[in-house]
Amino acid sequence: MPIFSYLALPKEGAGETMRTELSALDYCQVIPADNQDVVVLVTDTPDATTEERLQKNLRRLPSLQSLSLTFGYDEKE
Amino acid sequence: MMKKNDKGDKQTMKLNRRQFIKQVAITSAFATAGSIFPGVSFADWSKLTNNSGVISWQKSPCRFCGTGCGLLIGVSDGKAVAVKGDPNCSVNKGLCCMKGYHSVQALYGEDRITKAKVRRDGVMVEVPIQEALDIIAQKLQETRDKHGKDSVAIYGSGQWTIPDGYVASKLFKGCLGTNNVEANARLCMSSAVTGFMTSFGIDEPMGCYEDIDHANVFITWGNNMAEMHPVLYSRILANRKRRSNVQIIDFATRHTRTSQAADKSIMFKPQSDLAVANAICYEIVKNGWVNSNFVNKHVSFHKGKTNIGYGTEDHFAFTDQEEGISFEDYKAFLEDYTPEKVEKISGVPATDIKYMAALYGDPSLKVTSFWCMGMNQHTRGTWINNLVYNIHLLVGKISTPGNSPFSLTGQPSACGTVREVGTLTHALPHGVVMNEHDRQMAAEIWDVPLSNIDPKPTYHTVEMFRALDRGDIKFIWIQVTNPMVTMPNLKRYREGALKEDRFVVVSDVYPTPTTDVADVILPAAMWIEQEGMYGNSERRTQHFSQIVDPPGEAMSDTWQIIEIAKRLGFEKQFPWSEKDYIEKIWEEYRRFHAGPKHEMAPYKVLNERSGVQWPFVNGKETRWRFNPQHDPACTNGKDFHFYGQKDDRAWIWARPYEPAAESPDNEYNFWLNTGRVIEHWHTGSMTRRVPVLHNAVPSSYVEIHPEDAAELGVVNGEKVKIISRRGEITMPAQINGRGVPVRGMVFVPFFDESYLINEVTLDAFCPISKQPDYKKCAVRLEKA
Repeated sequence: MPIFSYLALPKEGAGETMRTELSALDYCQVIPADNQDVVVLVTDTPDATTEERLQKNLRRLPSLQSLSLTFGYDEKE
Repeated sequence: MMKKNDKGDKQTMKLNRRQFIKQVAITSAFATAGSIFPGVSFADWSKLTNNSGVISWQKSPCRFCGTGCGLLIGVSDGKAVAVKGDPNCSVNKGLCCMKGYHSVQALYGEDRITKAKVRRDGVMVEVPIQEALDIIAQKLQETRDKHGKDSVAIYGSGQWTIPDGYVASKLFKGCLGTNNVEANARLCMSSAVTGFMTSFGIDEPMGCYEDIDHANVFITWGNNMAEMHPVLYSRILANRKRRSNVQIIDFATRHTRTSQAADKSIMFKPQSDLAVANAICYEIVKNGWVNSNFVNKHVSFHKGKTNIGYGTEDHFAFTDQEEGISFEDYKAFLEDYTPEKVEKISGVPATDIKYMAALYGDPSLKVTSFWCMGMNQHTRGTWINNLVYNIHLLVGKISTPGNSPFSLTGQPSACGTVREVGTLTHALPHGVVMNEHDRQMAAEIWDVPLSNIDPKPTYHTVEMFRALDRGDIKFIWIQVTNPMVTMPNLKRYREGALKEDRFVVVSDVYPTPTTDVADVILPAAMWIEQEGMYGNSERRTQHFSQIVDPPGEAMSDTWQIIEIAKRLGFEKQFPWSEKDYIEKIWEEYRRFHAGPKHEMAPYKVLNERSGVQWPFVNGKETRWRFNPQHDPACTNGKDFHFYGQKDDRAWIWARPYEPAAESPDNEYNFWLNTGRVIEHWHTGSMTRRVPVLHNAVPSSYVEIHPEDAAELGVVNGEKVKIISRRGEITMPAQINGRGVPVRGMVFVPFFDESYLINEVTLDAFCPISKQPDYKKCAVRLEKA
């Protein structure tokens, strides 16, 4: 049951799109900065399989420039 | 706590384990973002409260440094679980540093002190807090009866709330009749006070943080702002990014994160800042950059005693003697400080001195100078404060937006509690004990006989602990500070505190080396577990409510003092109830500052806002003092009014360069400099209990220049023995880490009680301010 937080940076001009795309993903909480183009993304998935699927979906997002891990926790069921 | 669900039923809203971990995950991301993106704000986070499980937010100033960032504390199920920057607070506008974001975790360390303890047969045993208070009152009374009124003392801090300091002063100075009241702010900003008092006749900065949004040039004088005042440094960096005409000059003895972000970094030899400041003034005069109109109308020139000593001996006494001089006399004094001569003293190339002088001298540039411990913890701390004011006064760059000589403080209420309430031996909430009018005011407001207030100051901090060692003081009560880590020349003072007939009371939240020497330990409420006020670096008073309950029998420091006062028979002076004592104390204290020079905001206003700057006159805060466009206390009808001094002018002082108390020699060939890191607050007693902060910097180290390390044959992480005339310590080396000292200097952070670096430091101090110099003593190194 992993919980991660990241700093997400968009590709140039794609800030709004990235926020929308991240918000649309399951298990994701999005906290946008109100004065810069950076987003805190918190993921909270129920199991390893779901986590892997979410990671794949994140990597496929066309608006996402980079995702930097800031916190990680994995609670075994 | 209860809330209604969609069906209108009451349900318990508890923060479960996963929600708590998510809060930590969010907090870590905020802290990382803050360090990478200067000025980044997540103020809209409140819209997400329902998702995060946090159910209420309340304002508070941050617990840690003197910046005074406004926080919003997220509370769930009676527990503080999250922090975000308060967008309504003009100090930080929603931004926090890593300590701020993690601050609430400091409330919940596993070894929190929750019960009183008393030493019996050499062993600390738990007792009900009321019993401990009885013992303290009895011992205090007995000591006073047997050894006289000046045998008892209280030692607090710049982390005392304003009510804490006020009741301490009222009890000890007003009721018990002793001026044995000091605070650890003596160790961090008393040179700033004496600098203000000698240059302007009145304490605390004329400017405010808004100067950052107007200045073109920022010069940091021995000040690692990037780590010590990170939110303010972020504001500077954000301004530089936003505006094209902003530059930062780092003037220091050690390469730091501040140096890395500066446009230019200039290194000087320890203590030689005195000479460089005079050389800048020499260049300003020589090149005709003096603002003659300003100087003729608003400045007068003075000199004082020289060769004034260092205070390393017991009972050291010094009184300065001011003498007026002419501008021509001052010009002649500066002849000793040509850039070329000063290059030899300071190691700063003459071209760099001229460059800095040109920045101050250019009338088209607005210049703000920042400093903190580098200038204040200095055996000539008062002088170097005077000298930087001299620069600003010569060019008239003062008391206008962006033109500011700005002394920063290190603790959340060094200004509010120590400087404004006057919790130093010579001070009162208004004025000084030596002044009869000030004593009369205090006696009237405190409802005590005038004769109770002794007109003679007793011991400043270093001398207070010397008196404890000698036995002149037998009873000391220490609150909210950790002197058994922070006193210079520590071994003497720890041994003094442990002597047979000394009685030491310590109020704190966690075990520390100071609780180790205690005869009684009182569990203290911490920060938002009580109501209180802090006062920050820019004259801003910040109120916070009690947001969560203190653990066990923990009690606010204010109420602990009131309990003792009542036991000693001073119910009349301390009549308040637990329900509203903070409001009542504030309104009594406010009477001391009535009038346009220092009027404080009413309790109701403080309660509503994220801080209020004083003077608060007719409902309006004062941004820039001495400037009639902003300051209602100006009455001379001119463009500035420096009303603190008797001649209504600001004073320029001819203060020479004099060497440090102890400099490297053949036997002890390195300078030792001590200080802080961004992750830890002071002695680390709180931040080392926050896992994220502790893991970031788990232990102290000694920074060594890579070439010095190579000569010593030491690589990163290897142990080095640091030896001075007072003691020695062995600790790991850090080479090319976050800070790199110049050759011939080592730097040690003091946050780690496992490495008591102050057993090595020297208890020399500025003879005027009595503030010790933690930045300069001589040591030698050995590979361990």
